[in-house]
Amino acid sequence: MAELAIRAGGAAGDGIASIGETFSRALSRMGQHVFGLNAYQSVIRGGHVWFQARASSAPVHSQGDAFDLLYALDRQTVDIHLPLLSRGGTLVFDPEKFAVAESDLPAGTRSLAVPTLEIARKFTPQSILQNAAGMGATAFLAGIPLATLHQVLADSFGKKKGEIVDWNLGAAAEGYKFAQDHAPANDHAVAPSGPPKLLMTGNQAIALGAAAAGLKFLAQYPMTPASGIMHWMAAHAHELGIVVKQAEDELAAIHMAIGASFGGVRSMTATSGGGFALMVEALGMAGMSEIPLVVVESQRSGPSTGLPTKTEQGDLNMMLGAGQSEFPRAILAPANILEAYHATIRAFQLAEEWQTPILLASDLHLSENYMTVDREAISFDTPIPSLFSVEPNGGEYKRYAYTPTGVSPRSIPGQPGLQYIVGSDEHDEKGHLISDVKSGIPIWVAERTKMMQKRMGKHDGLLAATTDPLIEGSETPELTFVAWGSTVGAIRDAMGLLTAQGRRTKLVAVETVFPVHGAALHKHLGHGEKRLLVESNYSGQLGRLIRSETGLDFPTTLLKYDGEPFYPMEIVGRALEVMNDGGH
Amino acid sequence: MAGTSAQAATVVGTPLPLIGKSDTKPTWCPGCGDYGTIAGIEMAVKRLKIPSHNVVIVSGIGCSSNLPHFLSSYGFHSVHGRALPVAEGVRWANHGLTVIATGGDGDGFGIGCGHFVHSMRRNVDLTYVTMNNQIYGLTTGQASPTSMMGQKTKSTPTGVIENPIDPISLALASGATYIARGFSGDVKQLADLIAGGIQHKGFAFVDCLSPCVTYNKVNTFDWFRQRVYKLESAGHDPSNIVAAWERSLEWGEKVPTGLFYRVEKPTYEDLEEVLSAGPLALQPSGLKGREALLDEFV
Repeated sequence: MAELAIRAGGAAGDGIASIGETFSRALSRMGQHVFGLNAYQSVIRGGHVWFQARASSAPVHSQGDAFDLLYALDRQTVDIHLPLLSRGGTLVFDPEKFAVAESDLPAGTRSLAVPTLEIARKFTPQSILQNAAGMGATAFLAGIPLATLHQVLADSFGKKKGEIVDWNLGAAAEGYKFAQDHAPANDHAVAPSGPPKLLMTGNQAIALGAAAAGLKFLAQYPMTPASGIMHWMAAHAHELGIVVKQAEDELAAIHMAIGASFGGVRSMTATSGGGFALMVEALGMAGMSEIPLVVVESQRSGPSTGLPTKTEQGDLNMMLGAGQSEFPRAILAPANILEAYHATIRAFQLAEEWQTPILLASDLHLSENYMTVDREAISFDTPIPSLFSVEPNGGEYKRYAYTPTGVSPRSIPGQPGLQYIVGSDEHDEKGHLISDVKSGIPIWVAERTKMMQKRMGKHDGLLAATTDPLIEGSETPELTFVAWGSTVGAIRDAMGLLTAQGRRTKLVAVETVFPVHGAALHKHLGHGEKRLLVESNYSGQLGRLIRSETGLDFPTTLLKYDGEPFYPMEIVGRALEVMNDGGH
Repeated sequence: MAGTSAQAATVVGTPLPLIGKSDTKPTWCPGCGDYGTIAGIEMAVKRLKIPSHNVVIVSGIGCSSNLPHFLSSYGFHSVHGRALPVAEGVRWANHGLTVIATGGDGDGFGIGCGHFVHSMRRNVDLTYVTMNNQIYGLTTGQASPTSMMGQKTKSTPTGVIENPIDPISLALASGATYIARGFSGDVKQLADLIAGGIQHKGFAFVDCLSPCVTYNKVNTFDWFRQRVYKLESAGHDPSNIVAAWERSLEWGEKVPTGLFYRVEKPTYEDLEEVLSAGPLALQPSGLKGREALLDEFV
């Protein structure tokens, strides 16, 4: 079997996330392509959480639909997930914890009753070792070598040594052996398929990209699903020489980041929709005062507090309109973890080159889930130019000098002879405000117009400096998908399934959401093709944006706003519907 | 990596221009208390001989927040209530700079009050000078967080029915390590307090009573002149926090000015290990040569 998915479920506090990460990492070390979905709730204990680790020797772009192994830590997991277990799949559970009747098993599936608690008790009365035993049994079924599982488990304890590590390894080995001795014929196992890959979350990729781009200052206020960026950065702050500041609120976070950028370091803030709503005024100040700034907006289900641990792409309208009046901005929306790394670096370059805020749109599905990347795909050789590029020439320094591109030479505090005042008020070329005694006076009215045109002139520069949509799939498609952000992953998998059925589809993945790349969109759309807009929101916000800028419309859509990520099969289903009857 | 010009900028060899007036003239009403405050800031910075390019004055929004435009240092005229987080960001980007935050009572104790409390508990090494006129001036005369009970304003025609914030007690409660009150009617004392604040290692708060001659007809220059007295002449010991609390509660018949409290404590910059390698803006950045960092993802 070329592909395998393991699902593990239990209550919050059972350690499901670390079980899922352990499987994902072990499979990644075997050279498998992995996608790991961590489905959790806004509770610390109890409730129901589950993790799906999907692996294949070929690239995987989403959590997939089916799963072949189900490791259930509680009866609720059986009730919720067992009916969905693939034919030929195996349920792993401990009969000491709960019973599973033969009649509970869907046709063509089987179960393996593993005495995980009994194994655990051989080492210590604490029941937590049951997970190691259960993982050992499941790993055997998955084809994960015991040595690989042992190494991943040992590494998860870091430098910690001693009996707790030994117990875990021992329990895993016993679970593994139990499965070896008792498992029915097993056809789920995957085999090593290449050198170990890197496994990371979107948040880790964003943090790594920011550090590679020269980030020196991160200010953030905790908010799911963006907090992981701060966690990774804080853990590496001393080693990398990056100041990480947990601010008192998002207002402070973004203003600190703007102050630090003005002060001469590359800086960033990250948040989700609720926090971004608080940052809106400051975003405009960065635009007005032409201060480079990267803001990560990792979306979750809204409106308001919404579903804090569930995904959505509902904040595009807010990102487009954030801030009073108008100022130039770009919104980049990476679709997967490797793209998130590169897009973050690009965001820093754009912010600096165009001296304006750049938004990196992520979402919970991208930020918090795991995906493998090839080690050689990550380079740390990004050039990082000095920010102290302006030299005093003895003449008059104009911080906001008019230039053909709209970008003016920016001095850094501490540089002699280049002092200026940053103004959130409208100002002239020197930064002097023209908002009070000069406002309304004809020559200053003209100056205001000119200054607005200078700033807004950067829009064309940003358009030229950002990427066209990514085009994939058939050149003679029966259907063209249009999507942005993490939704693209499930579409890529769906396209693979459709190709296997002999259907031809194409993907237009919009990585630069703004400025809208109208010419490229017209090149690939609007030629009488059937197209399907796929977004994780109610109203099709990207579709509306494209229509408003290009006239291209999207009568057929697949919109989802239940908080759950897209699954390939639901896209396949809708695509077939549209291809077969053109259905609306 | 930072270029040579910035490194040169931090080395004061030959005398460099000191702070002075900029080519923008203040737009405050004639007689405004803020003229006294800006004179105090200018005198203090000049006295300490800090070159103007190493000074950053950060303000919010309001009449008094226009202040950075009128001096020759670097300045950041930010948005309403946010002077302190911007100033903290500047300070952490380059703690070789002298950072002064300025603004009014509405800016600092109303919309920006959360930042006021938090920047003090962090003991960030900057000086915060508020021009406290107990009224919203730029928006033409509404009650402010420091307007006194009963004061009639455009937004409180029958009188204020909320207790005013006392910035000095709030600063004591929040952990500021240098807490003073000045009066723009006494520029010499004010300059001394601000200079002391800039020299102080840690968060220095100087609340300057800076009367609004247009919209506050209660707390006028005369009202203050009849009430102010100097703490040092009353034998106050600024190292005694209990005495400082007692003095901070005085408001009415007598209004104390001078240094309420001063204590030496580690600053945020002292405790932030990354900054021990020098100003962040001059440190190397990026991940070149750090490929081993990827091992944790295997």
